Amino acid sequence: MKKILISLLFLLFGTSAYADCNIKSGSINILANDFPALRTFVETAKGCKGSADFKVTHSSEHNKIAVPALTANPSEFSARIAANSSIVPLMNQDLIRPLDDLVKKYGKGIQDSQLITIDGKIMAVAFMANTQHLYYREDVLKELGIAVPKTYEEVVAASEKIRASGKMQYPYAAAYKAGWNLAEEFVNMYIGHGGEFFKAGTAQPSINNAKGVATLNMLKKLAGLSNPDYLTHDSEAIKVEWESGNVALMTLWASRSGTLLDDDGDAKITAATKLTGPATVAGGNIPAATLWWDGFTLAKNRSDADAEATFRALAHAAANKKMVADAADQAVWLIEGFKPGPKSIGVIEAVKMKAKPYPMLPQMGLMHGALGSEIVEFLQGKESAEQALKDVEAAYMSKAKEQGFL
Amino acid sequence: MPNKTFFWFFLPTGLAMILFIGLPIISTGIQSFYAQHDQVVKEVKKCDPFGCTVSIVVDQEKTSKIREEKPLGKFNGFGTYVDRNHLAIEEIGKFWNETNSFGEFVDQVTNLPFYKALIFTLTYCLFVTPNVLLLGFIIALSLNAVTRRIRGPLIFGTILPMIVTPLVGSLVLFWMIDAEGIIGANLQMLMDDPYLSLKSSKTLTWITIIIYGIWHHSPFAFVVFYAALQTVPQEPVEAAIIDGASRWQRVRHIVLPHIYPVVTFVALISLMDNFRVFEPIIGFSAEGSAQSLSWLIYDNLVNEEVILFGSAAATSMMTIVGIAILLAPVLIRTWKEFRTAR
Repeated sequence: MKKILISLLFLLFGTSAYADCNIKSGSINILANDFPALRTFVETAKGCKGSADFKVTHSSEHNKIAVPALTANPSEFSARIAANSSIVPLMNQDLIRPLDDLVKKYGKGIQDSQLITIDGKIMAVAFMANTQHLYYREDVLKELGIAVPKTYEEVVAASEKIRASGKMQYPYAAAYKAGWNLAEEFVNMYIGHGGEFFKAGTAQPSINNAKGVATLNMLKKLAGLSNPDYLTHDSEAIKVEWESGNVALMTLWASRSGTLLDDDGDAKITAATKLTGPATVAGGNIPAATLWWDGFTLAKNRSDADAEATFRALAHAAANKKMVADAADQAVWLIEGFKPGPKSIGVIEAVKMKAKPYPMLPQMGLMHGALGSEIVEFLQGKESAEQALKDVEAAYMSKAKEQGFL
Repeated sequence: MPNKTFFWFFLPTGLAMILFIGLPIISTGIQSFYAQHDQVVKEVKKCDPFGCTVSIVVDQEKTSKIREEKPLGKFNGFGTYVDRNHLAIEEIGKFWNETNSFGEFVDQVTNLPFYKALIFTLTYCLFVTPNVLLLGFIIALSLNAVTRRIRGPLIFGTILPMIVTPLVGSLVLFWMIDAEGIIGANLQMLMDDPYLSLKSSKTLTWITIIIYGIWHHSPFAFVVFYAALQTVPQEPVEAAIIDGASRWQRVRHIVLPHIYPVVTFVALISLMDNFRVFEPIIGFSAEGSAQSLSWLIYDNLVNEEVILFGSAAATSMMTIVGIAILLAPVLIRTWKEFRTAR
């Protein structure tokens, strides 16, 4: 009897510690990408799980798992941390639920600007922003008298100068790994050139044009200044290149700045690593970069009780001033109370320069996939830019036909 | 063994095969004839932290109605098989009419994803299979000749490549051939070319993957050959020695004929395995330079944010057909021998 009483008291006391959530039941299972800011976010949500079950899967392969796992009924995950691009397949397949009621009931503290609304319904709650921008080695640029580049033309000139000085053989780096990463670089550069991926209002591709050719030529110039293995380098690989001091200019995700500037590695390189906004290209005004948000979505094929528990836990993190203050270095939080530090310069600059968000179109994933495999041969010098763009359009069209978009 | 006994022995295996291999293949086959329904899209307002835009989304109400009526999708016949990402019949016809020389035509055709993958897959099979047989046989012969005392550890060392998980094995080699890895950096020095990269050159990537394939598959051939060598009768060998036959003559006229059926078996299995080459492409991050048929299937299933079931199913079916064609000569030969033996 005494034991039961104690445990009962403990239970009461235990739950009252998280009085702001007080979740009594339900099970929470989250699928998320794997980088520090997301880990912090999910940990914060866990802090208010109350007596609900809590599980999380952090995986860089999240895109491959998401659709099959959420299609199952009941679905494996009750929530998925998604971004502009990865919410699209979930929307296409009708796998996530509108959050209007839950936001009204439990969304205290979530700002209106955090809400992703599609056709008037809230489909996701964003909590951080991301983009790809320039990183540079202050010491190297200063020594050679190079100004911080603002355009990709200047990046090329600066890299050539560094190479000519004999300091570094491959002074530039970007994630050019064939597949998703390379396609992302194309998307950025093409948007920087002011290009449109589809004919207005249709799913017909329209990238085989002068802007597309200019985009490819710029990518090739940059690739020529990168480590010859660039087609195998993802964000992690170029981060390693940077930390070993082989690179002086780099285009990388803002969300990676945290690990780049931490205490691991050569202190001299870390101290000389500086961030600046994304570069423009070909005299354009908008940066050759895309803006991204990361936010949470809730699975449709899961009980309302689980959805409620999951929402309450995640909403706790999505409006958490303490987390934002403690982890100000890890991301550009979209949450109230965030004071941007030096590591957020990239995203802030991108927003100031009116960078475009990554296109949230149902057929964009197919275009991205076609780009990732079909422009490789151009970079290897095996075919012309026009041929490569023709291949991309043809590969995209077959896939789009199969998917019923054309 | 009487047929009836054989039947009862085979039944459990047969059932499992139908359940886990036969039915999935049939289901894949059916899938390959279907495409997604036409997407009903509508224009809506989308708002995110960076502002609002008007753009399109899939109209779920209408789409789900169509999906419920026909969950398999839209019947497409051989549509997926002949589209540009597979057999590309139409495109090839166009190339034939538009190109001026045969070389140009071949260039255009090999630029299509399916043919690009097919060529790599066949090249890989063609180089790896014979070399695996040869290397496996040589290792087996040499090991068979060393003294019994050190044979155990030697055998263990030889089959290591097979024990190592393919992905791990290829990753180790991948790091070694990196421009800053031990092999990559030394090659650059040796060739006096700082831009030399095993990973960015298509030919060198192919060679690397083929060498890796030989390294990885040889132990299998070795193990089987080594076991077969143990059954070679000693009398004819000794007789041959007395008759003054050289080592090569003994191998050529006694050992090889004896283990011939095993060679066929290893060749069959090797061909099948090599036609499905996949792991090294992932391990070497070689997607840019080398794509195989299996990789195409994988790409359709996971690399897009949308899963292309129809495409993947069509490529799978064509892979099965490809393996059948490749194996046909060996199978026909085995069948003939079986008939004559009876």
